[in-house]
Amino acid sequence: MSRDNNIAVDIQNVTKMYGDVTALKGVSLDIRDNEFFTLLGPSGCGKTTLLRVIAGFEEISNGAIILYGQNIANLMPNERPVNTVFQQYALFPHMNVTENVMFGLLRLGQDRANAKTRVGEVLELVQLSDFADRMPSQLSGGQQQRVALARALAPSPKVLLLDEPLSALDLKLRQAVRLELQQIQNQTGITFIFVTHDQEEALTMSDRIAVIESGQVQQVGSAREIYEAPKNKFVADFIGKTNLLDVSVTDLARGKGSCILPGGVQITCPAAEGAHAGSGHLSVRPERITITALGKGLVQGTVARHIYLGTDLHVEVNLVEGGHVTVRMQNSTQIQIPKVGQLVCLDFEPNFARLLVD
Amino acid sequence: MAASPQQNSRAMNNNYDGFGVPLILPSWIIIGFFLVVPVAMMLMYSFLTKEFRGGVIWEFSLAAYDQFFFDRGLFGDSPPVIEWTYISIFWRSIWQAGVATFFCLLIGFPTAWFIATRTGRNSTIWLFLITIPYWVNLLIRTISMKFLIRDNGPLNEFLISFGVISEPFHIINTNLAVQLGLFYSYLPFMVLPIYAAVERYNFALSEAAADLYASRTVTLTKVILPAVKPGIVAGCILVFVPSLGAFLAPDLLGGAKNFMIGSLIEEQFKGNAGNWPFGAAASMILLSLVLIVLTLYARHQARGQR
Amino acid sequence: MMSEKNLDLRYFTGFLPLTLLCLFLLYAPLIVVMVYSFNDSNSITRWDTVSLRWYYDVFYGLEAPKFKAAAINSISIAIMAATSATIIATLAATAMLRAGRFKGKSFSFALINLPLMVPEIVTAVATLIFFSAIGFTTGYLTILIAHIVFCIPFAYLPIAARMEGIEGVYEQVAQDLYATRLQAFRLILMPLMAPGILSGFLLAFIISLDDFIITNFVKGAGIETLPTAIFGAVKQGIKPNIMAISTLLLVVSVGFVALSYFVGQMGEKANPTTKPKGD
Repeated sequence: MSRDNNIAVDIQNVTKMYGDVTALKGVSLDIRDNEFFTLLGPSGCGKTTLLRVIAGFEEISNGAIILYGQNIANLMPNERPVNTVFQQYALFPHMNVTENVMFGLLRLGQDRANAKTRVGEVLELVQLSDFADRMPSQLSGGQQQRVALARALAPSPKVLLLDEPLSALDLKLRQAVRLELQQIQNQTGITFIFVTHDQEEALTMSDRIAVIESGQVQQVGSAREIYEAPKNKFVADFIGKTNLLDVSVTDLARGKGSCILPGGVQITCPAAEGAHAGSGHLSVRPERITITALGKGLVQGTVARHIYLGTDLHVEVNLVEGGHVTVRMQNSTQIQIPKVGQLVCLDFEPNFARLLVD
Repeated sequence: MAASPQQNSRAMNNNYDGFGVPLILPSWIIIGFFLVVPVAMMLMYSFLTKEFRGGVIWEFSLAAYDQFFFDRGLFGDSPPVIEWTYISIFWRSIWQAGVATFFCLLIGFPTAWFIATRTGRNSTIWLFLITIPYWVNLLIRTISMKFLIRDNGPLNEFLISFGVISEPFHIINTNLAVQLGLFYSYLPFMVLPIYAAVERYNFALSEAAADLYASRTVTLTKVILPAVKPGIVAGCILVFVPSLGAFLAPDLLGGAKNFMIGSLIEEQFKGNAGNWPFGAAASMILLSLVLIVLTLYARHQARGQR
Repeated sequence: MMSEKNLDLRYFTGFLPLTLLCLFLLYAPLIVVMVYSFNDSNSITRWDTVSLRWYYDVFYGLEAPKFKAAAINSISIAIMAATSATIIATLAATAMLRAGRFKGKSFSFALINLPLMVPEIVTAVATLIFFSAIGFTTGYLTILIAHIVFCIPFAYLPIAARMEGIEGVYEQVAQDLYATRLQAFRLILMPLMAPGILSGFLLAFIISLDDFIITNFVKGAGIETLPTAIFGAVKQGIKPNIMAISTLLLVVSVGFVALSYFVGQMGEKANPTTKPKGD
């Protein structure tokens, strides 16, 4: 593990058990200072548990959590310089906006006058200065969400944890708040750790993403890395849509691999670290495949059906050797769309395909 | 989300983890010391010898239970035969409580149903009306009932003046008066749990039944009753158990002839009989009866949950 | 079919009349007593004119000192018993609902509800035997202790119900914002609990005020509460002043319940623990 001082949170081999159920299996992650870091995964994958472990709401069974050089694994939540924006916002219903935002400052021992000034600043930041005296029940969902953010930002935490904060908002509002969150992160320079199950949210907002499944980190990287160079079947499938072809891998060297496609054509393409010889999977994104005339492509199949999606059209092709492939075509008049039942060839640039770890 | 709902809720609710015992300790001490220990002591007293001016002599004896169940003649030397006096008092108590429970169910179910099927605020108001009398002192309610049904009380005066009857209708000091008193005392206990069950009942089930050609009566007996049965059973327990050991209604409305367990026990500690071990034994028998009913109920519920 | 048939599946013929009968049965005796308490006559049977004579008698008549002393005992015991029971029940509810697992938890639930399961007359006998066996003189203190015991489950019910309705996340937010667990309890949980605690207190207060059987057993000679005093008086026949006292007590009880109800309603409005949806 690197120990340079621009690491904000260094999660070392963290394991969390609930009785016999393992929620986190030896998770290790480095989260950099001033980074917008996202934990992405399906429901029940362990991402919220990891967030709660960092916040201090769950005791870990094993491992260490180093926050700017200090192991905080044994500290109570109130002793950790991190704050959380909860999924349900959880604004204190008996306090108005100002009292809510001021709560943390007062617990840290600030006097009321200073605290009041700081509350003014953060309410300005989230554009809620006019709502300082409102009760939470008088606010809309979006406003409550911003008060929750202001409340967590007010004590200037070293790390801000956000637990699916956008999931209760409707689509339009969610897109607006995404931008706002990024701006606030830029302005404050606080490290954000953001939990979501929404890949679009993760891809658009994050500096780096950790894909989590079954309590384990599957891959860490930028949005582009994770989409373009998925490590394994799970990541390739979870982030965007992909086609997985059954191939037999013959050769592996320096990040490249040779494999035999269904139908017998051999290609050389990038391979994920850890891919091995023998039967394996080749990931090809639907938008990377083109439909060509017979005899001009890499694999052959019959068109099974069209799925109309407005701007796009998906063509499902059943391969002659079994399995099926989805091809994404733009819905434009220039492109000829093969008919259902037609025998076609499929072509793709081997450089954009990728051999995966199973 | 990382954890399943159960795990999450567990995690959400242990903010004071580790403080469970100190927080619960006061209730353990108070209830343990002033209820559990006294009941244990009462059990012990039921096996002691009576002192004639009340109280006990610390000498082991089965006399109390013997007196309850067996008759050994005037001088205690005849061969024991079963003594029916006290058993019949218990039996009468069970009967009276049962009849009161039945009437409560008869009136309480339609009432609970009616209230639960009102919409929104109306339902709250009806419910409030039903519960208010429960908050009035039980003694005062019983006295009111006694006042109302006396031979020359307002009820009889009313009936006579309207020519419904010519002679006063004699209710006071009858079994009926006690049943009426018990019914009146515990009716809200029947309504509330049934109300809760009907409120939870999903009326789509009735619609489904009707859609499948069930008449209203069939829907009631085959679909609704099984669904709200837990509420009915709970209501019956809540009426039957306190009725069994009731003191005020039989004492004030029943008179000397319509003795129930409560009065029998009370007499051992207050009246002239003054037999503490016998009173303790009768209390133990009553407690056992109640515990049997509650255990059966708990079993029934546990089975329902599986 | 063209006949007028009620198609509402919730509707059953005759349920409304039965509900009205139920209300009539519940209210008729109380209303009769209230009406007769304003009767000017010396006899409870004959109706004379409307007057407040018997209310005057309650406060200034021959038996006034006796009832006044009994009322003071009743109210002071009810206040103390309800206060103690409310504190104990609040702590117990926190243990049961907010402290995770601990040894004896399932047993604790049964123990808290035990006073509801044991018939009153049995509790009365057991308590009397207990105090007499340990040589404790029966009187004010024994009544108070007995009342605290049976008030605990009544205070516990609304308090626990309210606490169950308050999501644990609020206290977690508080801790996340640097509050200690005690501060989270004091600054967050307690204010949110206030309506539940108040209705628990009022419930316990009424239950204590209401009790006759247990008090009658453990009071000893020379001390009376209102119910025991009234019972003693009624044993010699119902007199008009009893009806006036009954009416007063009835009004107090109903007033308290109404108060408890409205406090609960207000609490619901001021502290909605459910969040409003979206924008």
